[in-house]
Amino acid sequence: MYTTELSKSASGANVQGIEDPAKLAAFEARVAADEFIEPKDWMPEAYRRTLTRQISQHAHSEIVGMLPEGNWISRAPSLRRKAILLAKVQDEAGHGLYLYSAAETLGTSRREMIEALHSGKAKYSTIFNYPTLTWADIGAIGWLVDGAAIMNQVPLQRTSYGPYARAMVRVCKEESFHQRQGYEICMAMMAGTPDQQRMMQDAFNRWWWPSLMMFGPTDDNSPNTAQSMRWRIKRDTNDELRQKFVDITAPQADAIGLTVPDPDLKWNEAKGGYDFGAVDWEEFYAVVKGEGPVAKERMKARRDAWEKGAWVREAAAAYAEKQARKAQAA
Amino acid sequence: MPSLPPIRPEDEAVAEKIRPGGAFDAPVDEAHGRILFELALRLGDDSLILGQRLAEWCGHAPGVEVDLSLANMALDLIGQATHFLTIAAEAEGKGRSADDLAFRRDVLDFKNCLLVEQPNGDFAQTMARQFLFSAWQKRLFDGLTACADDRIAAVAAKAVKEVAYHEELAAEWVIRLGDGTEESRARMIDGLDWMWRFIPELFETDEVMTDAAARGLVPDLASIRIGYDARVRAVLAEAGLEAPADQRPILGGRRGHHSEHLGHLLAVMQYLPRTYPDAVW
Repeated sequence: MYTTELSKSASGANVQGIEDPAKLAAFEARVAADEFIEPKDWMPEAYRRTLTRQISQHAHSEIVGMLPEGNWISRAPSLRRKAILLAKVQDEAGHGLYLYSAAETLGTSRREMIEALHSGKAKYSTIFNYPTLTWADIGAIGWLVDGAAIMNQVPLQRTSYGPYARAMVRVCKEESFHQRQGYEICMAMMAGTPDQQRMMQDAFNRWWWPSLMMFGPTDDNSPNTAQSMRWRIKRDTNDELRQKFVDITAPQADAIGLTVPDPDLKWNEAKGGYDFGAVDWEEFYAVVKGEGPVAKERMKARRDAWEKGAWVREAAAAYAEKQARKAQAA
Repeated sequence: MPSLPPIRPEDEAVAEKIRPGGAFDAPVDEAHGRILFELALRLGDDSLILGQRLAEWCGHAPGVEVDLSLANMALDLIGQATHFLTIAAEAEGKGRSADDLAFRRDVLDFKNCLLVEQPNGDFAQTMARQFLFSAWQKRLFDGLTACADDRIAAVAAKAVKEVAYHEELAAEWVIRLGDGTEESRARMIDGLDWMWRFIPELFETDEVMTDAAARGLVPDLASIRIGYDARVRAVLAEAGLEAPADQRPILGGRRGHHSEHLGHLLAVMQYLPRTYPDAVW
């Protein structure tokens, strides 16, 4: 899936005052030269904090993101679709795992990160707080949500933090398969019966705007972008990526007979891209705050899984401890 | 040289009705196709229903690693189901596809064993079911690699590696939970107790299996049972658990007489193809 910096505070603002200037200068020079920063290297605290937040948000998004699609595995309409969807959702779990591991190299444990998610302190992508109503939603998510994710993540393969960049290389390979399978579902739906076409257009209408929101607030309302770009945590601005997404996706919709639910969408010859209508930012911030249509369901599902699984994790720990004691005694 | 009985006119009449063809032609054997269909259906349904059950965990397992391993097993099983149901559809020869068999049959025509359709329950119950099934499936597939039907043999040869991993993984969890905390032990005891009555069905030798064995399609189930019982005993011993007392066997799955659970599973699984019968997905 994807990541957006969802913190509103300008975390890098005081860097100059706190850190050792010589170390900071050396660090900035390495980053500017596109070198990778590795876990044991010196790094400014604000860099560590920002990355921990970004990578853990990304990890949480992968894990919470299993739920909307997981909702359809049991009802996938053919053996092939079932296998593909299972493989895809399993990939998301794998992405979550790499990303938690990458974030752990910055000094925060997976347990702490998961507790932050469950307490509502940590955020995850707003997109997963929308429901999957029909099978067409599975197509729309693969095509649009994973498509937006790829756009966000491809540049992150060159992000300055080594473990994150390497995780992204693997993740991106899988995301491109996800996106293609999603679009393939959409094609089959649009080539299908009137019922299927209706489902598909409806799903597209519901997922289009939330997908545009995935790139985060507009640049003039994105306080951390400048610092994050200087640190190569981010490589393109939110608006640049959003524009690119619209430019690529609108013709794909057209090609299979879907209508983009935006009366203002229009090709602009001069800029070589589409003009498009205003995103409903009020909705975006409401969803960020946890007021998305199924935000409560998503958080409940995650907390339930964690709490109901506590006895399993305890048993595994107890067993491992017994084995270690036996090995020591032997 | 012994004297031969005379050829009587009534024997000649019978001989006349026999299909033309030389003595070295393969006999046209409709029964073979039927047995192959039944067998492939059983194998496919076992994998399909258990895969469907395991997939219910996706996103809700006790940890990310566990989630991955359950989804991975489900994926293997759905893959096996696809192969076996394809073979079944071909053997039947009525133009049905593997998807038709999966999504457009009702309860009475499903031939999976009762064990695989049991509800997931808690994680201990899921692992008890998995271990008791995979330990059987592993030994069955070992035998099926020598199946007289090349396609089944090929699927078994590939799948047996997957299933060996399923058995290993489930055995580890039976041991870990059995020998973990008081709570996990109690839950594993309950999980095994729930599943135990369905073991005899795995080794049930009905007409289909007898016929299939005579045709070299399946291994002798009685000989598999020896290794199976030994493996189950060994894992339970390592888990510090006693085997549940033997229970009255519950049978019927192979004849389409299932538990109440299967109907609900099918209602969910088949809802789209049944609601939109003309749609292609």
